[in-house]
Order: sequence, then structure tokens, then C-alpha cells
Amino acid sequence: MLTFVIRRILFAIPTLLLISFVIFTIVDLAPGGPGGNIPLTIPPEVRKQILDAMGANDPFMVRYVLWLKQFFYVEPAFILNGWWGTSFAEGAPRILSWESRQPVIDVIIERIPQTLTVIGTAYIVAILIAVPIGVYSAYRQYSWFDQLGTFIALVGYSVPTFFTGFLVIVVFAINLQWFPTIYDTTLNVTDWDSFLRQLRQMAMPVAVLALFNAAEISRFTRAAMLENLSQDYVRTARAKGMSERVVVLKHVLRNSMIPVVTVIALGIPNIFGGAIITETLFAINGIGGAVIGAIKANDLPMLQTLTFIFAVLIVLFNLLADILYGILDPRIRYD
Amino acid sequence: MTDATATVVVEKPSSLWRDVWLQFRKHKGANLALWVLGGLILFSLIGPWLWRVDPNAIPAQAIDVIRGKNQGPSWAHPMGTDQLARDQMARLMSGGRVSLSVGLVAMLVAISVGGMVGVLAGYFRRLDGILMRITDMFLALPLLPLLLLMMFLFGETVRAVIGPRLGIFLLIVLAIGLTSWMQAARIVRGEVLALKEREFILAARSIGTPPSRIIMRHIIPNVLGPVMVSATLGVAAAIITESVLSFLGVGFPSDFPTWGRLLNDAYAEMQLYPLRVFWPGMAISLTVLAVNYIGDGLRDALDPRIRGR
Repeated sequence: MLTFVIRRILFAIPTLLLISFVIFTIVDLAPGGPGGNIPLTIPPEVRKQILDAMGANDPFMVRYVLWLKQFFYVEPAFILNGWWGTSFAEGAPRILSWESRQPVIDVIIERIPQTLTVIGTAYIVAILIAVPIGVYSAYRQYSWFDQLGTFIALVGYSVPTFFTGFLVIVVFAINLQWFPTIYDTTLNVTDWDSFLRQLRQMAMPVAVLALFNAAEISRFTRAAMLENLSQDYVRTARAKGMSERVVVLKHVLRNSMIPVVTVIALGIPNIFGGAIITETLFAINGIGGAVIGAIKANDLPMLQTLTFIFAVLIVLFNLLADILYGILDPRIRYD
Repeated sequence: MTDATATVVVEKPSSLWRDVWLQFRKHKGANLALWVLGGLILFSLIGPWLWRVDPNAIPAQAIDVIRGKNQGPSWAHPMGTDQLARDQMARLMSGGRVSLSVGLVAMLVAISVGGMVGVLAGYFRRLDGILMRITDMFLALPLLPLLLLMMFLFGETVRAVIGPRLGIFLLIVLAIGLTSWMQAARIVRGEVLALKEREFILAARSIGTPPSRIIMRHIIPNVLGPVMVSATLGVAAAIITESVLSFLGVGFPSDFPTWGRLLNDAYAEMQLYPLRVFWPGMAISLTVLAVNYIGDGLRDALDPRIRGR
């Protein structure tokens, strides 16, 4: 098991390097470049000196390696400094936001908790709804419950989140006035009352994200259950006289969970993408909202770092999915 | 004797695609979806000929703009007007043309790239390792942030060089196509790996058919089925992605309406004029739902375990 985990971690490193290379190339190929920010009134020879000092005229690979150093050494070192008061990489230049002149990483660290709270709750709610529905749909295939469930799943999967979000806002926030339309990030949960307020403002974004993801997960659970229900071992288990409960929940469900867990883990990148939309819709102050803010403010360092952070999160969760898969299915480990 | 055999009516053997079509007709949801999608396509394609209102016509007098903006449905404007008193139905029609064609062309790009990678990886063992590593890497990319980054960086230049309409169209189609070919590549590779071991490929090889001809004549026609399913689902995904980009404000400009762009325009005044969000939102949702249903029906129809039962 340990060698399996180590092999997976080692495989994640080149993936991350390749992704960073893609992001760097896209940014580098873009017209304008680092000189785009210099006013036109500056004479060409001074302009050339500025560009030289910025390292903009270095060869492509040199710039890429320096960029990597910034992301994998300097910025993580500053995060560690913030946590433990150490002084790694002191005096090294930080990645500064063009909009606020603040280090980009500080802004992101401030905003990540909001995103993770909303996304995390939504995903857990989605799994808790989707798995039982998928299991029961498969167990009673073609019953009215199954027909209704598959229809709702296909609708939930097809209707884009920005439209479900709109419908939810119009019905529950404007007509019924149950929930606030705007997410208040400054709210501190200290007592029962503020906890209820937090729940109320999270209800709509969580519901929108959860519906979309529950649809996908329940479709997969149903398919996996159907595949297993017709297997020979199920007949054997029934023939031995086991109760339906044990057959379905112990034998079939456990075996069906292997592909479902992968789908759940692989769906995490999508939910981060979904966060960009929901955070714009409900004015949540998370990293998804920061992406749109950076686009509106023409803030390239911010946008580039955020894209990279999303990539890191995705690779991290893919790694977790792989390891989980190895734990659940011993055959994978000795591949 | 020979005359007698000539009069025997030989029943035409039923072909694979005929069987698939007959099975597809049995899927009620998919049939209904076909009608809904057909209706939406007719609405966008034929609609502008019947409803001859310029989608970008703003009243000449400022007072008419102020009086005529954000109106509800009426006989003059069946779906109301937008914030500049432009006719919402005409905008919905011309937006549909763009949204649907973005979906189709982006899917074609994705399927061509994915199909090529899949066939090469499946057929040539030497290329398999590297091509599949690249596919895995693309699957780990943060697609939506990356698309936003691409639109942000290249949008202005493309607009200046090729022009706002064609430029943004090409950029969006290429960006979506180049970030969504991975599923198709994986499916095609799996199919090709299984096909390669079959006897008819061995027979073709043994009479000296070059690989390019084997691929064109024997492999590609046999992987068409699964590719069609993934292409259908790809259209739905591309339409959603385009509307997300337009909704987030980095897609098409406002004088070049798409369904996503109409949503973006309407969101600012969503609380006062919810109907303006409703129409384009419904159009996107119905299209995607219909396309997904057709994909489901197609998958069932192409599955030999289900067909013929």
C-alpha cells in the first residue's frame, strides 16, 4: 500500500509541472505581455531597460524556471512564514496583484475558507441525497420512483447552474423572502442565532450546487448498482437465504461504491468550476468570485495564480481519489 | 427453374443503422426530445424570416428607448423588450443561431481531435503511452478557469485582428473544442484496442493493406456508434460552456447576442424583470435537456444487449 501511495504521489508531480507549463505558455503567448503595463510616453530605450530588468527578454525556458521557483518555493515559503513565524525566502519578490498591490497569495488565503465551506457542504449534501436515490432506483428498476428519479436527475444535470440559481433566487428570495440574496462574508458564527443566519444564507447556493452534483452522482450510483445486481454472486447470496437488506446494502452496495467513489472524487474539479458561477450569482466572496473580479480589473497575476491554485486543488483531489480507489479495490494496487 | 427463383421476393436485409433507428424510435423521451430540439432549431433558423425585426434595432429617439425598454410581452413584442428597447424574440432567434452553431462546431473540433488521438493511441502501440499521458494531463486541467484565462488574454487581439463576430466565434469554438476532446479520445482508444484483435483486421493486414487504409476503411466505420453518442453529449456540454462564458461576461459582445449573452444582459435587473432572464434560460435548458435525452436514447439504441429485445 505504501509503495502504491508513493508511486501515485510521484506521478502527481510531473502532472503538476505540465499543467504549470500549459498555463505559463498561454500567458506568455498572449499579446501585450509584461510591457503592456508600461505607459506609452516612456521612450523606447528606457522601455527596453525596464523590460530587461524585469527579465522579460530572457529565453523562454529561463523565464519558465524562474516562474516555477516563484510558485513552488517563494510563495509556499511565505505561507509557512505566516503560520510558524519562520523567515524563509526573506526579501524575495512576491507575486503582487495589479489591482490592490497586495500579495496575491494573501488575498487567496483570505478567500479560500468561504469557497470551501459552501462547496464542501454542497458536495456532502449532494452525496447524501444521491446515493440512497441511486440505490433505490436501481433496486426497483422501471418503477415510478425510478422513472421520476432518472427524469429529475437528467433535468438537474442538464439545466445550467446559473439558471437554477436564477429560479431559486426569484422564488425563494424575491417572492417568498425566505433567504437573503447576498451572502454576508463578515458574519461570524458565535451563537445559535448567527448560526441560523449562516445556514439561511448558505441554503440557496448549497441547494443549487447540490442539485447539479446529486444528479450526476445518482445516475452513476444507479448504473453501478444495476451492473452488480445481475451478477452471479447476488444470486448466490440470495440462495444462501440472506435477507434482501444484507444482499443489497452489504454485498451489492459495497461493490458498486468503487466506481461511485471515483466519480465523486473526479467530480470535484467540476464543482470548483461551478463555484465560479454560484459565487458570482450569490455574491459570495470566495476564490471563484475572485476569478471574475480579476478579469474585470484586468488583474493578470491574480488570474494566473488562481488558475494555478485550481489546478493544484484538482491534482490533490485526483490523488486522493486514486489512493481511495487503491484502498477500496485491492486489485488496483498491484497493477 | 431459374424463372421461379427470380420471382421470389428477397426481403431486404435490415442494416445496422436501420435497427438502431427502430430501437431509437422506441425510446419515448428521446423521440419527444427530437421534436423539441427540432422546434428550437426551426425557431432559430426559420424564425428570422417570419419575424422580420432587426435584433439590434434601437429606437432612434432617446425618449422611445426609455419608454420602450424592459416591456413585458405584448403583440408588438411577444417576448418583451430588453434594456435598450430591442425586440427580445428577434434577439432570442439570432442568439439561438450562434449558440447552436457554437455547440455544433466546438463538438466537431473536439471529436476530430479526440478521434484522431484515440485512433492513433489505440492502433499504434508506440504512441499509446505518451498520448494517453497527455490525455490524462488534460483531464486534470482546471477547464473553466483556463477558458476564462484564454478568453481574457486573447479576446481583445482576436477581436481586433479578425473582427468581433468571426474572431470571438473562432476563439470560443477552438477554446471549447481543445479542452473537451479527452472523453472522446478515451472511448475511441478503448474501441480501437478491442477492434484491432478481431479477425477481419487480421485478414486485412494479411493481404497487405497499409495501416492508413485499415484505419479509414475498417476501424473508423466501426467506432462511429460510440463516437456519435459522445458527440451528442459534446454538443450539450459546448452549449453550456459557451453560455457560461457569455454569462460571466467574457464571451460574445452585447451587439452580437447569444443565449448566454442575453442572460448576462438581463441579470442586472433580474429582480424587476425576471421574464427577461426566463426566456434565454429556458432556451438553453430545453436545448441541453433535449440533446442529453437524444444521447441517452442513442446509447440505448446502439447497445446490442438492449437492441432487438
